[in-house]
Amino acid sequence: MLSRIAESLYWIGRYTERAEDTARLLDVHYHHLLEDRWADEAAACAGLLRAMGDERHEGSPAMDADGVTEFLAFDIKNPASITSSITAAWENARGAREAISSEMWEVLNTTHHTLSARARLGAGRSPHDFFRWVKERASMLAGLADSTLSRDEGWSFLVLGRNLERIDMTARLLSARYGESWGPSGWTTTLRCCSAYEAYLRTYRHAVDASSALEFLLLDRLFPRSVLHALTAAEQSLAELEPRAGRTGVDDEARRIIGRSHAALSFLRVSDAIADLPELLEELQGATAQVHAAVTGRYFLDNRAIEWSAEVRAGA
Amino acid sequence: MGDLLDDYRVSGAFDEMFAGVAEPREHYRSLHGVLQTLSRRDFEERCDARDRAFRDAGITFQLSGEERPFPLDLVPRILPAQEWATIEAGVRQRVLALEAFLADVYGPGRILADGVIPRRLVVSSTCFFRAAAGIEPPRGVRVHVAGIDLVRDSAGRFRVLEDNLRTPSGISYVIENRRAMTRVFPELFASHRVRRVADYPTHLLEALRAAAPEPVDDPCVVVLTPGVHNAAYFEHSFLARQMGVELVEGSDLVCRDNIVTMRTTEGLHRVDVIYRRIDDEYLDPLHFRGDSILGCPGVVNAARAGTVTIANAVGNGVGDDKALYPYVPDMIRYYLQEDPVLANVDTFRLEDPDTCAWVLERLDQLVVKPVDGSGGHGLVIGPQADDATLTLLSKRVSANPRGWIAQEPVNLSTAPTYVDDTMGPRHLDLRPFAIHDGERVWVVPGGLTRVALPEGSLVVNSSQGGGSKDTWVLATTAEGPEPVPEPGAEPSAGDKLLRAPQPGPLPAQDAQQQQQQQQCAVRPPC
Repeated sequence: MLSRIAESLYWIGRYTERAEDTARLLDVHYHHLLEDRWADEAAACAGLLRAMGDERHEGSPAMDADGVTEFLAFDIKNPASITSSITAAWENARGAREAISSEMWEVLNTTHHTLSARARLGAGRSPHDFFRWVKERASMLAGLADSTLSRDEGWSFLVLGRNLERIDMTARLLSARYGESWGPSGWTTTLRCCSAYEAYLRTYRHAVDASSALEFLLLDRLFPRSVLHALTAAEQSLAELEPRAGRTGVDDEARRIIGRSHAALSFLRVSDAIADLPELLEELQGATAQVHAAVTGRYFLDNRAIEWSAEVRAGA
Repeated sequence: MGDLLDDYRVSGAFDEMFAGVAEPREHYRSLHGVLQTLSRRDFEERCDARDRAFRDAGITFQLSGEERPFPLDLVPRILPAQEWATIEAGVRQRVLALEAFLADVYGPGRILADGVIPRRLVVSSTCFFRAAAGIEPPRGVRVHVAGIDLVRDSAGRFRVLEDNLRTPSGISYVIENRRAMTRVFPELFASHRVRRVADYPTHLLEALRAAAPEPVDDPCVVVLTPGVHNAAYFEHSFLARQMGVELVEGSDLVCRDNIVTMRTTEGLHRVDVIYRRIDDEYLDPLHFRGDSILGCPGVVNAARAGTVTIANAVGNGVGDDKALYPYVPDMIRYYLQEDPVLANVDTFRLEDPDTCAWVLERLDQLVVKPVDGSGGHGLVIGPQADDATLTLLSKRVSANPRGWIAQEPVNLSTAPTYVDDTMGPRHLDLRPFAIHDGERVWVVPGGLTRVALPEGSLVVNSSQGGGSKDTWVLATTAEGPEPVPEPGAEPSAGDKLLRAPQPGPLPAQDAQQQQQQQQCAVRPPC
């Protein structure tokens, strides 16, 4: 498979997951603030912005919920906003149209075409409708990929991108939760962000508490949006890309990093996780960045065009 | 009874559908009957369905930097089998003659030595590349794909307007137009037997694989595109997808020691055939424009070394140079010893000073074209031009007669086309596509019919706001159905496996109800 195409598929996976997770985050955050009038709006917004890696608003007057929604959902100038992520996914798909199925392309293309109208409607009236639409489109794309793509390298790159992004975004979400108090119902909100609330209730059969919620989102082996599950899936994709296994260790740097995180989380006690949560989340985000660098270096060969300089003649 | 065709007035030109007022031609009768039943509202609903389908699928065309759905007119253009047979023979003959001409001018140059074509016309062509001389393409094929533009004059005869031997585009629209038509207007196909166009990518892949340089078991074919910003990018990606080959950009290719490879996740992979959709000038910075980053440095030398095939070949432009166009009938007689099946449009050779002077006096009655222009750029239609344009043209032609040709204006045929909520006559042309694999020339039954959407306009190029029509070649009764899998006497394995889907467990209440019904059913009538 062409390196350029592999890279595009990887980024389609990352950007659609990013758009979806941001939509989840904002949806719950926005409605939590509406419902819970005792919540500290400014603090919650600042925590959210910090978790999303935004440093530009540091020190500037605090943003309210609408401002944060505008910035993270609709602002095309913010490269991490939902609209920017969808546009970036579409641009990648446009250059890899022959490598994905036409069904996938049509979903992404239609999403991109209707994006500005949807965003205008969402910003004006109901952000919730917009967020739900983003989640639905992302699910449709994931479903079509699942039912129309061959399980070849391209698929592995798409799934790898999706899961790396999921690890990163869940870590961000948890650090936002940790940094600021979202009030007493904070953990329920956090679980809802990941569509994990109902699954949590079925698993633990008791009211939400910090320890169980963290355990579920971080360490659950069966829930598909938990960090451990995403780590397992990402490791699996990397293993498919490099099926030859030697007798000792692994050659692939990306797999080594992800395997270490996976092992660390697999055998972690939840009490230890709570004690070292900030360090743990930082490590996870660091690991995804390192894996990204390793994958890029290994598979996405540098294909920048060669620039030709004019011949320099002596004495000319 | 609909009102769709009520206001249609036949123009002065040959009309494809009507022989006279409200008198459809034989092969259009059935279509005319269906259109008669439609109202404007029905028709517009179908137009909306078409636009939605095109936009969702990303089948768009860039017009002045804006992405628009490709303008397909929903009234198809129909060609009867007999007429198509002539077109097919004419296109085939022309491709073979031009193929022979290219092999000759980049080789021995017999036709020049024999004085049939003036040598200075060939060597002064901006598309005659010395870099291409002496390259022996596998199986002698330089024109793997050709698009021959035809127009129908007022007498109803098809004539060749120009040849495209470099990278003719439009075939993706032919196939997508048909797909859209079958979805939007399924009932039209029920009453016609239209020949398939969707086989084109299969034929193209076969021809490209046959063109591979060495006897390799499984030649690697790639489509080379300038990138997503090219106006025809949709077509490049379409062809790559339909052929199941990689779509590469220049930066994906590496040429070392005359071997062309592409960068893959598993390292460098050898490439045997490059179906390039990049112009010669941008293909190889070592030979052509040094500032081009679209192509792959070294690829022309690799083709000369015989390790890779470039399709279409480098330097084909000399064959479709408009200054050589008047000589194509001579080429056909010279190389094939046949008379041309399709005539040219009457053309004046401006390199002759007397002809040039004669033409300069009659610029307002002629069509004048630059020899290296494409997409209708620089074309002046004398009878429709204003004085300022003609004065400027006169200056430019006398300064460089080699750069221009003059033709008698052809009143292109018209067909009913739906523009601005009414059905009116619009001028159109036809571009059939031919594929040459070294043994035979296959012509896709149909081709791209381009329509000039502004009323009275004779310029059909999509870069000038032209539209298109689905082009139907009707099958003769003798030809029988297109080859489709025959319904065999024995049920196939698939049929044997057909079973009703297994019912799932019924919810308790439903099961009870069903049981009760069954009990009711078996109860004897009282």
